[in-house]
Amino acid sequence: MTAVQVVFVLLSLVAVVSALLVVTTPHLVHSALWLVVTLGAIAGVFLVLAAEFVAWVQVLIYVGAVVVLLLFALMLTRAPTGPQPDLTVRRWAPAAFVALLVAVLLGATLVAGFQDVRLDLDQAVVGSAEVTGETVFRRWVLPFEVLSVLLLAALVGAIVLSRLRSEDGDD
Amino acid sequence: MPLWWPLLLSTLLFAIGVYGVLARRNAVLVLMGVELMLNAVNINLVAFDAAFRDVLHGGQTLALFTIVIAAAEIGLALAIVLLVFRHHGHIDLDRLRSLADRDAS
Repeated sequence: MTAVQVVFVLLSLVAVVSALLVVTTPHLVHSALWLVVTLGAIAGVFLVLAAEFVAWVQVLIYVGAVVVLLLFALMLTRAPTGPQPDLTVRRWAPAAFVALLVAVLLGATLVAGFQDVRLDLDQAVVGSAEVTGETVFRRWVLPFEVLSVLLLAALVGAIVLSRLRSEDGDD
Repeated sequence: MPLWWPLLLSTLLFAIGVYGVLARRNAVLVLMGVELMLNAVNINLVAFDAAFRDVLHGGQTLALFTIVIAAAEIGLALAIVLLVFRHHGHIDLDRLRSLADRDAS
């Protein structure tokens, strides 16, 4: 195994173990903090896979913004800080069975389908800010503009949803 | 490195996200499961981009777009979660039954 492969395997292990902790820990806040570890490890995987700009966007938006939003939501819904035994449904075995089925089916299909394809990272073009900017603003301008409209719509929607209380007047 | 390594990683993360969505009772924790699933998709996109050396960099660009859509989704979803908390006083998904189908026998 080369050094790149060792780094990839280590990052994958960190990501999978911390993701398991995200969905199983009985502490609400710990769950959000383990999510930070998972997303950071995934950013490292992006770096290994020659997607530099995507990795930094991942760190900025996911680790920076999304996790802070989640922590704020936990805080505003008065999440208790101690361990809570009823965070997971009582009959978790069917859920685990479905997840296992998804993993086996998807994993078997993907591994069987792409067994022979090699990922040659030495000759891959690194997706730096220059390369990514050029592709986004030359080839993908129209989807980019549509996305900006989507973001505006989401912004307006969030504001409308947060202002609903003042019109009800009952609480 | 073989291409199926990152594909297997993304499969595992996706399955863990599915488990989180199905098994968690708190609405915010369900949203964390959704985030895990979206990230698994991003790993797939980036891995295929690197493997097939796309000249348009479609994989990385679509991964960026997915991140933007996920940010919009989480903003709206948390606004809805806070609204549910204001109306009901809790965000326990097992106890939110006002949209349930009561005609079912």
